[in-house]
Amino acid sequence: MRMIQKIGEWFDHRLQLAAPIREAAAHPVPRNTASWFYVFGSAALTVFILQLVTGILLALIYVPSAGEAWSSLQALNHQVALGWFIRAMHGWGSNFMVAIVLIHMVQVFLFGAHKFPRELTWIIGVFLLLMTLGMAFTGQVLRFDQDAYWGLGIGASIASRVPVIGTFAVKLMLGGPIIAGATLSRFFALHVFVIPGLLIGFVCLHVLMVLKLGINEWPMPGRVVRRATYEAEYHALTKKDGAPFVPYAIWKDMFFAAFIILAVSACAFYFGPFGPTGQPDPTIIQTAPKPDYFFLWLYALLSLLPPALETPFLLIVPPLVILSLILLPFLSGEGEKSWKRRPIAVVTVLMTAITLGTFTRLAQFTPWSPHMNAWSGDPVPDRYIHGTTALERQGALVFQVKQCRNCHSLGDMGGQRGPTLDSVAVRLTQDQLIRQVIQGGGNMPAYGNNLSPAETTALVAFLETLHPTTQRPARDAARDLVLSNGQSQTSGTQP
Amino acid sequence: MSTNPVTTPPAEASISRRGFFMKLGILFNGFAAMVLALPVARFLFSSITRGRGNGYLSWVSLGDVSNFPEGETRMTTFRNPLVMPTDGKTVDTACWVRRVAADKFQVFAINCAHLGCPVRWFAQSGLFMCPCHGGAYYRDGSRASGPPERGLFEYPYKIDNGVLTIDAGQLPTPGDPVAHRTSEEPPCA
Repeated sequence: MRMIQKIGEWFDHRLQLAAPIREAAAHPVPRNTASWFYVFGSAALTVFILQLVTGILLALIYVPSAGEAWSSLQALNHQVALGWFIRAMHGWGSNFMVAIVLIHMVQVFLFGAHKFPRELTWIIGVFLLLMTLGMAFTGQVLRFDQDAYWGLGIGASIASRVPVIGTFAVKLMLGGPIIAGATLSRFFALHVFVIPGLLIGFVCLHVLMVLKLGINEWPMPGRVVRRATYEAEYHALTKKDGAPFVPYAIWKDMFFAAFIILAVSACAFYFGPFGPTGQPDPTIIQTAPKPDYFFLWLYALLSLLPPALETPFLLIVPPLVILSLILLPFLSGEGEKSWKRRPIAVVTVLMTAITLGTFTRLAQFTPWSPHMNAWSGDPVPDRYIHGTTALERQGALVFQVKQCRNCHSLGDMGGQRGPTLDSVAVRLTQDQLIRQVIQGGGNMPAYGNNLSPAETTALVAFLETLHPTTQRPARDAARDLVLSNGQSQTSGTQP
Repeated sequence: MSTNPVTTPPAEASISRRGFFMKLGILFNGFAAMVLALPVARFLFSSITRGRGNGYLSWVSLGDVSNFPEGETRMTTFRNPLVMPTDGKTVDTACWVRRVAADKFQVFAINCAHLGCPVRWFAQSGLFMCPCHGGAYYRDGSRASGPPERGLFEYPYKIDNGVLTIDAGQLPTPGDPVAHRTSEEPPCA
């Protein structure tokens, strides 16, 4: 025991670190900050360290070469002992990190911690969020599969829309004219050296500032922040009602950190690693690329925005959001901290969460994408064929063969790009059906060049049978009138 | 915490010997940084400078014209003109070839004009469909529906001794002028 103490003293005589560490550990924090609400910052740091460790482990096997990355991932999944588990830890760790960083940000914002004097801590936090998202995107690229390959194409297509420098940005991003070896290498450099290096530096600054400025006290409604008096009030608070950070507050951080590590491990163990999906071979086009979880909202947004709004939105909104996050502590650096007295802040957080959540949910079943195999894979429900005429059955065939099913569902099967057609005959008359099929419109291609008159007749005859038994198909009353006036009424309405 | 100012140096108007050498040292390092910055920048931006003036594009063969029956649209692949040793399969590129008439072709890029996903051809309905955000194009490549703001990207082509060749070598992206070229005489649908 004395030996260890002596060795410790020998080192500290040279390093001189014990005193500042002791001081940091013992610095008083307001008692009410020893709360489960205050554990997300340290949890983010925990997951970050976990990512560093698992990332280094993966780098022992992974090969950042466009020709070999995919097979090295296969080797990790199937050949190396527990390679799949380390990959899964890293993948789930990234999901957890994005989630925890966002939760931390929301907590800090709702507790008013971005206000004076912690403005810079918040701004550095915004950069940490951007770098976390940067790690998420570059990490998805390193999982060099079909999703990564086409995801890069999407990134390039977005970058190319920047005025003036767009085409240069694409070549800089890809490291050449196409997505190839140089692209993966530079994303490897970004993911493994550049962004983590910046992250480590910024995390140190962030934590240092929390130590120097003190943790944000629990916000009390009515306790207003003023630049002139806040610091004195805070020091008085820590003196009057403070406790040393270690062990008074840290035990909750420690428990939560361990819980998070176990949660990541459990997810990794039960759900396994992410991909890789198919080989990154651009000649295999039977693929429907999708981004990882944290970018699904963007995927949905890019499908749902009106085409003309898309480029302005992509180029203007993200810089505006980042700018407003950076400016936030300057615009509301003083005043109430408690979320109970900041309704606009609460509504902003709720609206953002609901919007992102809705888009993410939508992107999970992509109603805007045609189902590429519906025309050959999803049968027409037999209740729609039962008791139909030969012409109507021929129409059902046309309906399948012309891939209408890829965008229109019948009996809850098929694409959702266009409206479901189970009761289309109630909505559209025969004439309207013919017009819609031939001319298209309302986001439907025109099929006039692609259907013979016989096919159109058959198709429309089939579509006219699609109505509930209790509801009659729509018909143009005026047309019946004109027809009956013009000539003596003949049987049927066949054209 | 207020910090005590460190003993300030005497405010002298004249330049001391040490001060002069320190300034010279800064200047010297600035010079060294500039000398180094040039090659570093040249290296870093080489993928841009190389591409200036369509330096990446060249004529690539797609094979004999007889591989493409008249009136049909078929997928074919070609190897990107620029190949690096670590590229693996990524240099193999797919494209859609439509033979309109005996010597009239349209060669479409595989990439959707919206965000670059691979479009698929459906001969029965005469449509290209994109799996990502639901863009659709007619058989002549013009926009049919969905988010794309334009038709499919087209490669300029020529026929050399019965071999179909296209001017390719660069990922077509919506903002890139190279992607907005068409063949000399755009064929009709």
